[in-house]
Amino acid sequence: MSETITAPTASTARPHLPSIAALGWSRGVAETRMFFREKDAVIFTFAFPIILLVIFGSIFGGNLEGTPITVSQLYTAGLIGAGVMSASFQNLGIGIAVDRDDGTLKRLAGTPLPRSAYFIGKILNVLVVALLEVAILLAIGVVAYGLALPSEPLRWVTFAWVFLLGITGSALLGIAVSSLPRSARSATAVISMPFVVLQFISGVFIPMTQLPDWLIDISAFFPLRWMCQGFRSVFLGDAGAALEMTKSYELDRVALILGAWVVGGLVLCLTTFRWKSRRDG
Amino acid sequence: MTQSAVKVRGLAKRYGDVQAVGGIDLEIHAGEVFAILGPNGAGKSTTVEILEGYRRRDAGEVSVLGTDPQHPTRLWRSRVGIVLQTANDTAELTVRETVRHFAGYYPNARDPDEVIAKVGLTEKAGSRVRQLSGGQRRRVDVALGVIGNPELLFLDEPTTGFDPEARRRFWDLMEDLAHDGTTIVLTTHYLDEAEALADRVAVIAGGRIVAEGEPATLGGRATAKARVSWLEAGERRHLETGTPTRTVMELTRRFDGEVPELTVTRPSLEDIYLGLIGAGTRAEVSP
Ligand SMILES: Nc1ncnc2c1ncn2[C@@H]1O[C@H](COP(=O)(O)OP(=O)(O)OP(=O)(O)O)[C@@H](O)[C@H]1O
Ligand SMILES: [Mg+2]
Repeated sequence: MSETITAPTASTARPHLPSIAALGWSRGVAETRMFFREKDAVIFTFAFPIILLVIFGSIFGGNLEGTPITVSQLYTAGLIGAGVMSASFQNLGIGIAVDRDDGTLKRLAGTPLPRSAYFIGKILNVLVVALLEVAILLAIGVVAYGLALPSEPLRWVTFAWVFLLGITGSALLGIAVSSLPRSARSATAVISMPFVVLQFISGVFIPMTQLPDWLIDISAFFPLRWMCQGFRSVFLGDAGAALEMTKSYELDRVALILGAWVVGGLVLCLTTFRWKSRRDG
Repeated sequence: MTQSAVKVRGLAKRYGDVQAVGGIDLEIHAGEVFAILGPNGAGKSTTVEILEGYRRRDAGEVSVLGTDPQHPTRLWRSRVGIVLQTANDTAELTVRETVRHFAGYYPNARDPDEVIAKVGLTEKAGSRVRQLSGGQRRRVDVALGVIGNPELLFLDEPTTGFDPEARRRFWDLMEDLAHDGTTIVLTTHYLDEAEALADRVAVIAGGRIVAEGEPATLGGRATAKARVSWLEAGERRHLETGTPTRTVMELTRRFDGEVPELTVTRPSLEDIYLGLIGAGTRAEVSP
């Protein structure tokens, strides 16, 4: 007669599984190491906003009409928004599509790693990339374009919540769209194309006041425009409010829409995330 | 009393129109090395991935280490090691970083450097996985399969792309693991590998098991007729016989001593195997 094994044979004590926090941290270290070793990812998601700032900053000089703010300073604030979204939305959208395609997700699913630890690792990676990105953009803005860092603590509080809400919503949106590309090779096109378009209609490169109404309506739906508006309020201050469409930074609306993206993005992730690639039956 | 590590009854899986697995029964004992053979598309990976908890079955009962793999727990995962048929991940980490990282997932992992040595990658431990050759890349997969010190190890065509030395080293590693009591389930296309490693083999064709047994006796191999061959009057002569010794004695008498170019052979595992899967394919065409 035979009998099925129900308990580990070797050890009598219940083995001690590593904690989720420790595993999440270990994933974060590995993810970040892999990210910075992959030249494509570094150039594409990390260096791109920095390169654009340097290029735009050297092409467009001069002040914006009726204000002490220069065009380069306006770009710095906008590209910080784009940089945060690049580090979260684009990085995760492409990164997870590649993980699904190259077998990373499948291999992890076959180990005792809890799924939450994978996402903790991705979030840590996004935070490192985004904070470094913002720091470099700010440093360029301050050193090269005379951007003044705000001295009132309240503006840094605004920075903190715009950053956190914006990065969370964008990251969740990135996780959700990672299920769209059929393969790793199509991921870059499927995810970057809409992101480039979004940057053009969200006031990163072209001021919102110069866009037609229908484009403004589209961009109002996505988080990037509101993130940029929040960052402009932090780095351009009251003098820049006159450049906004409503002559105000509308921080209450910024908070509302970014907050809605956090909730909506989470729902989207929970309902659409595929742990498997299309090949796996 | 033998304990069973894997128990399968009436397992079936269909993809659209393709019946990939059509009613498989299996019982693999704890501590056994079990090989699954079968042609491309026979349903080996589908079966193994159902046992690993990757794919959902359409019908049948499955118990792996006492758990239904469709409801895996972390503890169960820590007791099962997996080497998949294909993977291209962790390309930017070095071999040592990768193996160490995965060791951290398990409650009682093996020593990473020791595992790297066992798969023969010590010299490449500092290289990025991306820069490895195909066979070396595959050895990383094997290392990651065994790093968690599993009670049960699944390997889907583990030695694809291995050079002969790496294959021998892999066989040694499997023998060590089996000696320590690890249950091993592997699929392979190499019959010598099945013969060298497996206590029992199952041959799958068209999603069904067409033969099962010890490699030495599979498909009536031990009792099959031997073939005696020699040269007589400038012509090669053959005889299929159940009593080859008597035939050779008769020949010795007839030639009064040395029989020219005498050989006595029994069917190899490969002969038996090809016969079996031929039968399996025929059965599929006309059920
Ligand atoms: N995800 C899938 N979707 C559709 N059909 C599939 C899928 N996976 C496998 N099949 C089909 O199921 C059958 C069995 O495939 P499986 O991969 O199990 O074969 P195998 O025995 O592992 O073959 P090989 O020796 O080539 O690895 C094949 O006909 C294959 O085309
Ligand atoms: Mg296969």
